[in-house]
Amino acid sequence: MAEEVKLIGMWGSPFSRRVEIALKLKGVQYEYIDVDLTNKSPLLLKSNPVHKKVPVLLHNGKPIAESLVILEYIDETWKANPILPQHPYDRAMARFWAKYIDEKCLPALWNACWCEKKDREKAVEEGNVCLKTLENELKDKKFFGGESIGFVDIAANFIGFWVGVLEDVVGVELLTIDKFPILCKWRDEYVGCSVIKENLPSKEKLGAYFRTRVESASQSK
Amino acid sequence: MVGVKLFRTWSSPFALRAVWALKIKGIDYETIFEDLSNKSPSLLQYNPVYKKVPVLVHNGKPIAESLIILEYIDETWKHAPLLPEDPHERATARFWAKFGDDKVLTSIWSVFIKQGKEQEEAMVPALENLKFLEEELKGKKFFGGETIGFVDLALGWLGNLISILEEIVGLKVVDGEKFPLLSAWMQDFADAPIIKDNWPPRDRMIVKFQALRDATIAAAAAAAAAATSK
Repeated sequence: MAEEVKLIGMWGSPFSRRVEIALKLKGVQYEYIDVDLTNKSPLLLKSNPVHKKVPVLLHNGKPIAESLVILEYIDETWKANPILPQHPYDRAMARFWAKYIDEKCLPALWNACWCEKKDREKAVEEGNVCLKTLENELKDKKFFGGESIGFVDIAANFIGFWVGVLEDVVGVELLTIDKFPILCKWRDEYVGCSVIKENLPSKEKLGAYFRTRVESASQSK
Repeated sequence: MVGVKLFRTWSSPFALRAVWALKIKGIDYETIFEDLSNKSPSLLQYNPVYKKVPVLVHNGKPIAESLIILEYIDETWKHAPLLPEDPHERATARFWAKFGDDKVLTSIWSVFIKQGKEQEEAMVPALENLKFLEEELKGKKFFGGETIGFVDLALGWLGNLISILEEIVGLKVVDGEKFPLLSAWMQDFADAPIIKDNWPPRDRMIVKFQALRDATIAAAAAAAAAATSK
């Protein structure tokens, strides 16, 4: 039977793009299905009835949801260009940092962008704590994965690209070179990698998307 | 430094996951009980990011976050596997373990720390989440199939903490009629060898969680009062 791989995603979602990076890294052919999250398709609702979210990977009709779970599945199914390290301890560390990014960094950074002005200073400070922790973890490595991109780098795509777009649109300073020189260097290397560069949304389109959100937020007050 | 150490507290349901996994695999380990109001320098050194339990230290190297510890244990000691072999089944197991922590635990906790109308409203998502677990158990004794696996350990806190929380708030959350499979699983899991020998003392848990609920409600009331008095 020919292998059938489909990805249900959304062009602007960092979670969705993580899966595309992994599939491209491993040279897996797949069909991409973009969804309108304001009008979820029956396929999405059937494939992810629990969360009704993207991304969902469909491999020979079987669905897998949750981006980091999908990344591990991809790594275990297609063995070329491994995303996770070999050794159990290194794997545990990679999982730890990816979880830290999702559970602490992303919410803190997102909140720093969208919170009310009076709460902003405190929110930015919380975002800074997360970025500093990542800065310390990176130390003298080129990528979180070492010499090449790995699991944590893919998980950090929001920091590598989305944060910059949000900073411009919302007018907040988060990933500044004076505070986070190592992380900024990582970001530049990261978006310079072809597999990353070719799997980012357009800066203009993403910026416009966030801008409409800013405008509708200010109108609803 | 050689060997396995586990930093835990007497009551942490997350630390219990590691205890169960180590015992299922028959791994010798040293237990270090922490007082979270007075964290040891070792704990702070081994888990500087979260400063929490559990932390597993193997040959001097620390691993934090209970589900990550479970995967580490499973990959390091390969007998009595916790996760299945097949990648799709592994992904499904990881999905449900994450669902347990992200949704089931948080929604049930929400019911526990609220009262009155807010509590009633919090019941709705909690019951919806439990319904997904009930569905997932169809045709199976355990989430892992015939034997206890990764998801059972991840959701295992239900086997003990639910009845404790229900007793404290005087509410039935996992009703045997609405959730026959889940109720049966909770009993089978709680009574399973190894699992049943490691539950923390119930009376002590009731005191602890009652105090936690009271403190949380008091803090919420104080915050609400402070907000309205501005």
